[in-house]
Amino acid sequence: MNDTVASLHFKFEVNGGDFAKAGDASSRVKKILQQIGADQAIIRRVAIACYEAEMNVVIHARHGFVVLDADLEKIIIVVDDEGPGIEDIELAMTPGYSTAPDSVREMGFGAGMGLPNMKSCSNEMEIHSRRDVGTTIRMVFENA
Amino acid sequence: MEDSFVSKNTDHGVTLRRICEILDGHFVCGEERADQIISNACGCDLMSDVLAFTRPGSVLLTGLTNSQVVRTAEMLDLKGVVFVRDKHPDEHTLQMAKSIHLVVILSPYPLYESCGRLYAAGIPGCLEQSCDERHSGIASF
Repeated sequence: MNDTVASLHFKFEVNGGDFAKAGDASSRVKKILQQIGADQAIIRRVAIACYEAEMNVVIHARHGFVVLDADLEKIIIVVDDEGPGIEDIELAMTPGYSTAPDSVREMGFGAGMGLPNMKSCSNEMEIHSRRDVGTTIRMVFENA
Repeated sequence: MEDSFVSKNTDHGVTLRRICEILDGHFVCGEERADQIISNACGCDLMSDVLAFTRPGSVLLTGLTNSQVVRTAEMLDLKGVVFVRDKHPDEHTLQMAKSIHLVVILSPYPLYESCGRLYAAGIPGCLEQSCDERHSGIASF
């Protein structure tokens, strides 16, 4: 990564149900990482995981934020939402498990691969969720 | 006088222009970048599966035409998208594709037949060796 950039912090708003803008935050995260010269393979992993998390906010929650923090050693993505929460995180991590409605499945999402994809792309992933309050997902991507 | 332009498969992959020919398709946008080489392809309507298994630089064939297909292509650094059964994307999706310089092709064939035509032409799936790897003898992962 570019040595002149010690650390950076960006925050993007995500609105539940706004499918026209779904992915905008992840797109901006990706562009920022490209601009600072992050490794292509890491950018790709961050973009995939961030996009999956952002789609979850659009699909399930009322409102949320995508926060990007990056320094020379790691990139951290936190996706924080106000929404229904995840009732059973272990079950939600099962590939193929999804509570998304049919309308979302028709758009190509809700196949139950979102959380497993996020886990496989990141070096560390933490999920904190409270029913009827919201969900926070924190993912760490270490620079090689 | 007949048009003498011929595009061939190479050992390293095929161009998006050749893919368009194999599919009897046409370009909706990005034709000026149709000479990019493609080494792998993926046919899928589930974007999460595409996000999980598709290699960078691949071409995606899909029956979905919404903007999330283009977003998925952007996140994965895909070079092109083929919309099957001549399904035309809406203006919002098309503008998004143009903004990220994505090559978009329409194929008249259904997903299965479109994929079959490309596979028969030697373009491997995303879990197989790419054309490049076959050529250089790199082991499959």
